[in-house]
Amino acid sequence: MEWLTAGRWSPYAVGLGIGILCCFTFMLSDKAIGCTTAYARTSGMIERLFRGARVVERPYFQKFRPEVDWEWMFVVGIVIGSFLSASLSGHQRAEWVPETWAAAFGPSVAGRWLAACAGGVLMGFGSRWAGGCTSGHGISGTLQLALSSWLVTASLFAGGVITALLIY
Amino acid sequence: MFSVLHRAKRTQMVLGLMAGVVFGFLLQKGGATSYDVIIGQLLLTDFTVVKIMMSAVATGMVGVHLLRTLGLATLHPKPGSLGSSIVGGLLFGVGFGLLGYCPGTVAGAVGEGRLDALFGGVVGILMGTWIFAVLYPRLQRSILVRGDFGELTLPELVRTNAWAVVVPVSCLIAVALLILERAGL
Repeated sequence: MEWLTAGRWSPYAVGLGIGILCCFTFMLSDKAIGCTTAYARTSGMIERLFRGARVVERPYFQKFRPEVDWEWMFVVGIVIGSFLSASLSGHQRAEWVPETWAAAFGPSVAGRWLAACAGGVLMGFGSRWAGGCTSGHGISGTLQLALSSWLVTASLFAGGVITALLIY
Repeated sequence: MFSVLHRAKRTQMVLGLMAGVVFGFLLQKGGATSYDVIIGQLLLTDFTVVKIMMSAVATGMVGVHLLRTLGLATLHPKPGSLGSSIVGGLLFGVGFGLLGYCPGTVAGAVGEGRLDALFGGVVGILMGTWIFAVLYPRLQRSILVRGDFGELTLPELVRTNAWAVVVPVSCLIAVALLILERAGL
């Protein structure tokens, strides 16, 4: 069982696994894997805590109701799966500032937190603007040969590469 | 064939969770839950993420189209438009470069104990999706429908059988991966 406790697997083995997983979700659940509607629904659930049922008056929350669905469970599963994998290999951590970030911008937690938060806001906003993310468009959409997904994937990598090269 | 299963709500919730566990496990084992690996990809020094994605897409593309040909799966291509797909992708990309995780890998990063992912990334993404929900009625009437092409797929675009695209695209991906390995990346 050494492969379960290994720190890293070949990217090709991982990719093959994800491809097979996609086949199963299409077949058994009639679903393509994706992540961002779960965040949109959760933001609606949080708003509901403050504003009550009026939240569903927003047209976007009529389209993506603030409730738990398949994709929401999928994202929760990702946290659990990664926790299991990291625990098995002893790579579980409690880390605020990643190595590469610290080497370039110093060990300040506040600096990393601000950048992560700002990046998260833009990414959350952009993901709903584009109708999907690196999973929903980047993997599930491109494998279905959707035009939208190939355009989004090219644009998001272009934006990401340019931004990373500019800040580093 | 699986339509009864597709309608079984509770079972589907469990299946969603299980699929997520497998996905998260694979992402972590592949290193894709690490900021350093993802930012390495965006800085074009570490091609792990591209290798994972390309091999997943090639495998899934052949598999899902095979299932579709056998009548065991239905495709769900997402609709898009130039205004939505390109502008949205670029906005996402800028956030991607700053955060260094995507909405899926950030959940995996939380699972392995990365606090910048939890308190920065997840919180930020929740705020971003909420801001979009608030602005949606206005955006929906303007930029999001600019250059709309609906649920068009590449085979439909060039008016051909899906396999006439699946086979060459998966071969191209294999060649691209081979070139990456040859180049020592």
